[in-house]
Amino acid sequence: MENFEYANPTTLKEALSLLTAGAEVLAGGTDLLSLLKDDVHQPKRLVNIKNIKTLGGIAKTGGNIRIGATVTLDELASNQLIRAAYPSLVQAALGVTSPQIRNMGTVGGDLCQRPRCWYFRSGNGLLNKSLVENGENKYHAIFGSGSAHFVSASSLGPALVALGATVKIAGADGKTKDVPASQFFKAPAAEGEREIALASNEIVTEILVPASPTKNATYEVRHKQALDWPLATASVALRMAGTKVTSASITLGHVGPTPVRATEAEKMLVGQTITADSAEKAGAAAVAGAQPLSQNAYKVQLAKVAVKRALLTAAGVKAV
Amino acid sequence: MADYKWPPMDKRRVMGKRIARLDGPMKSSGRAKYPSDMNRSDLLFGALLTSPHAHAKVTGIDLTAAKAIKGVTAIRVISGPGTEIQWAGTEVAAVSAVTEEIARDAVKAIKVTYEVLPHLVKEDNLAKVGARAKAAGEQVTGDPDKAFAEADAKTAGDYGIPVITHCCLEPHGSVVAWGKDKIDFWPSTQAVSTVGGDLAKMLELPATQVHVDCQYMGGGFGAKFPADRWGAEAARLSKESGGRPVKMFLDRATELTIAGVRPSHFAKIKVAGKKDGTITGWQSESWATGGIGGGGMAPLPYVFTNIPNRRMNHTQVSLNTGPARAWRAPNHPQASFLTCAAITDFADAIKMDPYEVFFKNAAVSARPETYRKQLAKAAELIDWKKKYTHGAQKTGTLRRGLGIGIATWGGAGHASKCKITIHPDGTVEVELGSQDIGTATRTCITQVAAETLGLPMSGVKVKLGDNSYPPSGPSGGSTTIGGVSSSTRKAAVNALEKLFEKVAPSLGVTPDQLEADDSRVVVKGNPAKAMSWKQACQKMGPTPISEMGENEPRTAAREGLNTQGASGIQMAEVEVDIETGVVRIIEVVAVQDCGLVVNPKTAESQVAGAMIMSVCSALMEERITDQTTGRVLNADMEFYKLAGLPDVGKLTVHMDITPEHDARGIIGLGEPCAIGGIAAIANAAANALGVRVPMVPLTPERVLAALANRRNA
Repeated sequence: MENFEYANPTTLKEALSLLTAGAEVLAGGTDLLSLLKDDVHQPKRLVNIKNIKTLGGIAKTGGNIRIGATVTLDELASNQLIRAAYPSLVQAALGVTSPQIRNMGTVGGDLCQRPRCWYFRSGNGLLNKSLVENGENKYHAIFGSGSAHFVSASSLGPALVALGATVKIAGADGKTKDVPASQFFKAPAAEGEREIALASNEIVTEILVPASPTKNATYEVRHKQALDWPLATASVALRMAGTKVTSASITLGHVGPTPVRATEAEKMLVGQTITADSAEKAGAAAVAGAQPLSQNAYKVQLAKVAVKRALLTAAGVKAV
Repeated sequence: MADYKWPPMDKRRVMGKRIARLDGPMKSSGRAKYPSDMNRSDLLFGALLTSPHAHAKVTGIDLTAAKAIKGVTAIRVISGPGTEIQWAGTEVAAVSAVTEEIARDAVKAIKVTYEVLPHLVKEDNLAKVGARAKAAGEQVTGDPDKAFAEADAKTAGDYGIPVITHCCLEPHGSVVAWGKDKIDFWPSTQAVSTVGGDLAKMLELPATQVHVDCQYMGGGFGAKFPADRWGAEAARLSKESGGRPVKMFLDRATELTIAGVRPSHFAKIKVAGKKDGTITGWQSESWATGGIGGGGMAPLPYVFTNIPNRRMNHTQVSLNTGPARAWRAPNHPQASFLTCAAITDFADAIKMDPYEVFFKNAAVSARPETYRKQLAKAAELIDWKKKYTHGAQKTGTLRRGLGIGIATWGGAGHASKCKITIHPDGTVEVELGSQDIGTATRTCITQVAAETLGLPMSGVKVKLGDNSYPPSGPSGGSTTIGGVSSSTRKAAVNALEKLFEKVAPSLGVTPDQLEADDSRVVVKGNPAKAMSWKQACQKMGPTPISEMGENEPRTAAREGLNTQGASGIQMAEVEVDIETGVVRIIEVVAVQDCGLVVNPKTAESQVAGAMIMSVCSALMEERITDQTTGRVLNADMEFYKLAGLPDVGKLTVHMDITPEHDARGIIGLGEPCAIGGIAAIANAAANALGVRVPMVPLTPERVLAALANRRNA
């Protein structure tokens, strides 16, 4: 770990002014500390944003529920508004099966954490196409293109994409912008580019989730029941008229460098009732475009099952 | 000669009782100080520079920049120019500094150049290892060709268990201070009485100059016997830093890369037998690696050693990976998994319940009746007869299955000396150069001494973890409980004899008419004629009584205090999600004998710990190396997967405590209970799925691949 300066601002303005070249944002630190210890990141300054009160809290605002960026995963999973409206977010947060990480890790940090790719973490860069393709890729992507074979590590990302959430970002010039969750994640084209649409002098301030009612759920397939990264997840949000689906949103996680929207499967479900059969077919459609690597074809099956089970769970049908 | 025999089972007051470990509160409150907890104010911190290459020659080392860093007190080159490195993680240089951060900065500032050489770090596919394979010869017994030709049924299967690494909670390391007259050495060790001599030898000093102190240690499992290169380098760094103590512990990545592995084992196994389940033939072609030195053949066929017709071929594979060290029952878990899997597959092929096949073929083991009784007990505990169905009959998404694993172990007591001192005030000290590696050795010694001296647990103070105490063997091979209990028993009996000599005249009897019971010295058969322990001790005058006891392995079996030969059966019930390949443990049952059990509570706890290790190894634990970079990719606690509490399932431990086993004396427990679990879990998954998953750990990809293979077959 390299030495760095530590800044502890109490206002967003102050924090933004401290985000000069080489500075990084520190929230829960559950990822950043390991990046520092492994010398993957070597920031000159860390800007702690946990003492900025305006970045916390969960509240209803207009047509949205606003989730502050420094809300912890534990706060998220135990909040009554969230529990009532977004089981998919609660399930995703509880999928982080470590109370310590849920107590420290934040919603903003979950979106901004770096990929867990073991080549990346051991100093071989993020776009190590040849190493991954010729090496150990059982935890890598089955979707995506180009050099990016890592998977997005975000637990909440797929659910936020499926729910149509917006990520609010504040920039150095004091201006804010709204980025749809679906566009927040991106596959970098060149080494050194980030996998999120956030510049180094910007801060995620809050997440806005539409309050309009959906039946939603997240299903994670994990090897271990205790703390472990999911092998595949699916988050779904369904708008219903009676038992019929009027629109569906299905997003896969941990299978690509970004959460992966399953648009074909979404279309298929419109006008359908969610049954074991329709859910199974949607799962198959969701993975139709998968291009597994040498060791991870099994993840295609896991993603398919995750979609099926997320749909059944959202519809209130027993998934297993 | 004194009578050292254990008191009869029904007469024991302290031994055999469920006593909670004495140091439990110390450990759970953090008051117990482990070597890695040593933080003296003058402490220096050591750090290692290790090779990033799996095979390379060191061509140059430049220390200039590192030496210039303020706070660095010493730098030592371990692998100088010309050294050929054989695995990534090899120690190249060591630094000491006033803070851990400075030590690490200095390590980064050392410039090393290498000539990189070709490496091999994978052995799962024997066809791809080329010249790294070395045939280890063929062993033939009986006429395997004839047995296979005449068999009613034959099965053939491929099985594999990968390299796993030691992953102790407290990593390897020590604190060491090179003083004027002696070296103070605080290692995390399993070998208090021998590790000092080991360090002295590496430093070319007399053994008398090294004082070892290890009161607590955070796990060893077979990997913490030597002083180790990093221990010796820490000592030299201390010397070069004016004798200030140097703390050098491996970081987690280095721990998982070089601190010792359990060798892999792969085998193609063929089994021949009769329709009634009798196994008549065994053929195995196996290979294994434990690093650059290759890997020997596990004891195949395991337990069923007297299958009449056998042919075994083995190949050692040399890899550029961190070396093997003893790993809780070396080679036994692998052998148990390979054998029990092959036998279960044979049972499946002849459509017999594997329980019946194990039961029948116990005939070709060393202890048929013991195994049969244990099979029956384990089956009762897991409700085998009611629950077992053949794999092909199962339906649904979540499928449950049952499996069996078997174990054998020696476990005779090691050489151990114990000194017991009875002070005139009645207090008692028990001293051994032994160690408590988390197995409750301290508690068990206290029980033996208290039992023998007729005192409560609180009447005895056990001191260990220091090499100035009488030498006691390293804790390996499950030899400690037999060694320390027998030597303690003998020392206590000897000390009592001396005490009785002093006390007898006052009670008007001869010493042989006395016994110690309930904190009193009593005339046998006349309990009214007695004096309190304290009064009795006052009779000795001002000089304490101090007596030795020794366990000598060559004569121990004859004396009967400890012996060897432990048997165990484990059964598992698992549930497999056939859509995701995720395997969940429902229950693991262990039925384990280990002779006379000093403390059933801590014994059960030790078995439970072993079962958890088996769950890890069966479901998730695996070293993953990268052929391109030659590195271990999962040298961390994130992708080196170990079970958490929700993964463990229900653990049921049945200590096989019977008068027959008790009469055999004490037998070690640490290893036999760590053997059968993997086989039991893997077999349970095979039963649930109706198809064998050839390789553990049972990851989703392996389970799904096995199901896909069956569909395609």
